[in-house]
Amino acid sequence: MTVSDKGTKPSRRAFLKGAAAAGGTLAGAGAAHAAGDPVITELQPWMQQLGDGVDVAPYGKPSEYESHVKRRTVEWLTADPVSSINFTPLHELDGIITPNGLCFERHHAGTAHIDPAKHRLMINGLVDTPLVFTMADLLRFPRENHVYFLECAANSGMEWRGAQLNGCQFTHGMIHNVMYTGVKLRHLLEEAGVKTSGKWVMPEGADAAAMTRSIPMEKALDDCLVAWKMNGEALRPEQGYPLRLVVPGWEGNMWVKWLRRIEVGDEPWHHREETSKYTDLLADGTARRFTWEMDAKSVITNPSPQAPILHGKGPTVLTGLAWSGRGTIPRVDVTIDGGKNWHAARMSGPSLDKSMHRFYFEFDWDGGELLLQSRAHDSTGYVQPTKNELRDYRGTNSIYHNNGIQTWYVNKNGEAENVEVS
Amino acid sequence: MSKFLNVLTASAVAVSVLATPAMAENLGLGRAATPDEIAAWDIDIRPDGQGLPEGSGSVMDGEVLYTEKCSVCHGVFGEAVGRWPVLAGGDGSLSDDRPVKTVGSYWPYLSTVWDYVHRAMPFGDAQSLSNDEVYAITAYLMYLNYLVEDDFVLSKENFLEVRLPNEDNFFMDDRADGELVAFAKPEICMSDCKDSVEITARAAIIDVTPEDADARKARAARLGMDVSESEGAASAGEDDATQEAAASAPAESGEPALDMALVAEGERVFKKCAACHQVGEGAKDRVGPVLNGVIGAPFGHVDGFRYSKGLLEMADEGMVWTEDNMAEFLRKPRDYIKRTKMSFAGLRKDEEIAAVIEYLKSFSE
Ligand code: HEC
Ligand code: HEC
Repeated sequence: MTVSDKGTKPSRRAFLKGAAAAGGTLAGAGAAHAAGDPVITELQPWMQQLGDGVDVAPYGKPSEYESHVKRRTVEWLTADPVSSINFTPLHELDGIITPNGLCFERHHAGTAHIDPAKHRLMINGLVDTPLVFTMADLLRFPRENHVYFLECAANSGMEWRGAQLNGCQFTHGMIHNVMYTGVKLRHLLEEAGVKTSGKWVMPEGADAAAMTRSIPMEKALDDCLVAWKMNGEALRPEQGYPLRLVVPGWEGNMWVKWLRRIEVGDEPWHHREETSKYTDLLADGTARRFTWEMDAKSVITNPSPQAPILHGKGPTVLTGLAWSGRGTIPRVDVTIDGGKNWHAARMSGPSLDKSMHRFYFEFDWDGGELLLQSRAHDSTGYVQPTKNELRDYRGTNSIYHNNGIQTWYVNKNGEAENVEVS
Repeated sequence: MSKFLNVLTASAVAVSVLATPAMAENLGLGRAATPDEIAAWDIDIRPDGQGLPEGSGSVMDGEVLYTEKCSVCHGVFGEAVGRWPVLAGGDGSLSDDRPVKTVGSYWPYLSTVWDYVHRAMPFGDAQSLSNDEVYAITAYLMYLNYLVEDDFVLSKENFLEVRLPNEDNFFMDDRADGELVAFAKPEICMSDCKDSVEITARAAIIDVTPEDADARKARAARLGMDVSESEGAASAGEDDATQEAAASAPAESGEPALDMALVAEGERVFKKCAACHQVGEGAKDRVGPVLNGVIGAPFGHVDGFRYSKGLLEMADEGMVWTEDNMAEFLRKPRDYIKRTKMSFAGLRKDEEIAAVIEYLKSFSE
């Protein structure tokens, strides 16, 4: 809802006050209210008055009571909001699909707004015929639909030196999971005819950052997509409208947005985003390059610091997300005592290759302190490591690819905090 | 993963095998790209020099260009202003507790510098540098990193003779040989796995989590606390600070009443300016000048701020900032003030412009 809307609707404002007052009474008196719950015993405005007509919201929006469900930023992270990051509110979501408007954003020169009629995709380099496609041309190729997670390699990157940010939105929110519609990159490359010397491709963005990454031909011909739809509708501008690359299971930076060109070459380009950035500096000062695949990872989204337990002891639902860049997640273990004892979580929802998976663990909370952790197992047999196991290999300077087990401490009030445990 | 890397390093094979059978499905879509089209977009440079255009530039010329076009963000010595990226120094720091990764200390190839500066810098004015200018600035960045002397000239001809010191310290992803083996645990402990558990680190101690009003209020609402205040605030603005700033300004100034809803909206838009400008009590000049009282003030209203020549010329003509010319300026700063130092593309939407101007008016002095 925008500010000006609000100002011009005094009636709604008055209504909110009334509703809130009623809520207050309820909370204050609770069960002691002998006559019963006033939202039941008293006629409420929405029970009596007419609601919005079908012409009010041609493109629907979430309820006004959900305005806190939004992407958030951490201002001190970057110099400028134009080259920055915001975070998906994982603690407010359920299931496995991220709604389009909540998918985290990372761009390097702001969100470009591109007229699809003026957008072109060029394929050049080591091909038989360099080609130019319009958006209309692309719609004539066979399409595929796939659900994939996109995780920024820097997700959890602020946590290498120790617990820092209180909330899974900030520790794990550089991820989203979306169904893409598009054409296999392979079809487009075949249309141009890749020369046998072509071993790499380099996607490039049309925005002012002109993002470039080197991708090996094997991957390009395997499962990469050139996509124009997310969750059934056009890509959002901040996700690369009208066209983006999808590189399943690999770090988000490679999924070039506003995709305008794909060059085929015989060597990688070693551009800024694969040298200065997205290389993993180890403790001895050497650095890994081309660490494309995202390791298996999981996080408990509720309870968590932004989503405390508010209902007191008794039946409690714990839930979270797990994913792997190498396959599916057949199993997640959960502990509520900091890793002394583990329980198999209940997986619910589709188990798709390189997609997020949803897990639940229902337990009877005794009102005591909890140390919550989740541990993902992926279909290759890899088990999510602890943060310290990971530090043994990586040190603390690598920024990227932190997939260590997350711990939330829950106190007797149900409030949660980001901690690390022995 | 390992299978994949083997194919890569074992060279040749894969591509033709995979590509050939499907060639039959060629649909004949798209059209051939023209040489001019390819030349316009294919600007990438590789470490082996592929893509480098003719041209050259000296450290001396680079210094002038860099000082004019880059130093506002990256600092006169590449040391960076505020949180903009550092471009020089950090030599020998890579295994320190706080490594400083720069063109000199970390980047493996000089071609990456040329390519990136050419494609993406200066920030907000990408691809505005000529080839000779990029050679000159690249040479100067080397000079700032003590890699060449001040009489050095970089050109297409000598480009490949230059090596950056950290080139050999990068290696191919080797997770498959270490971590992937170590973390594949077929037998994993499920009960009585440890005797005791201690908390070893807590986020609360260094709590840097941004808390916004919406989140606080949502939590309060879920706890069943009174939300009458919060509903109004959550929908009217970003946070409590906005509310305060917006509420207090007009009463003091005696100016015509401001549209508070628009002011609140403008505070949101101002985030796009906040990287370079501060406004309000205690505001200081940053990349751009303080904007307190700018509406109604003469052009170049901050004494001691180093404005561009273009802006100072307009100031000499006696120009004063009004809502109208401010709107024109903010729509396309570079069209309105010739060679302005404000590297900002402009606001696209009229509503945003109106809102940010209303916001600036709320800080009239
Ligand atoms: C308005 C501020 C600004 C100006 C002016 C500017 N830059 Fe930048 N520069 C940035 C930002 C922001 C980034 C990071 C962009 C991103 O996130 O991808 C950057 C990144 C860089 C990098 C890569 C740094 C790294 O460690 O990866 C180089 C090199 C660079 N700039 C050179 C230049 C040069 C040369 C100029 C002048 C021609 C220039 N910049 C002008 C803001 C600026
Ligand atoms: C990348 C940095 C940057 C950004 C972003 C930026 N500015 Fe500026 N701004 C400057 C600089 C530098 C100057 C000085 C211009 C000159 O000397 O030509 C300036 C000048 C101005 C002036 C003239 C001030 C005077 O005293 O005459 C106004 C007004 C202004 N900016 C408003 C804005 C607003 C509003 C926004 C956001 C919509 C914005 N700027 C975004 C850097 C920036």
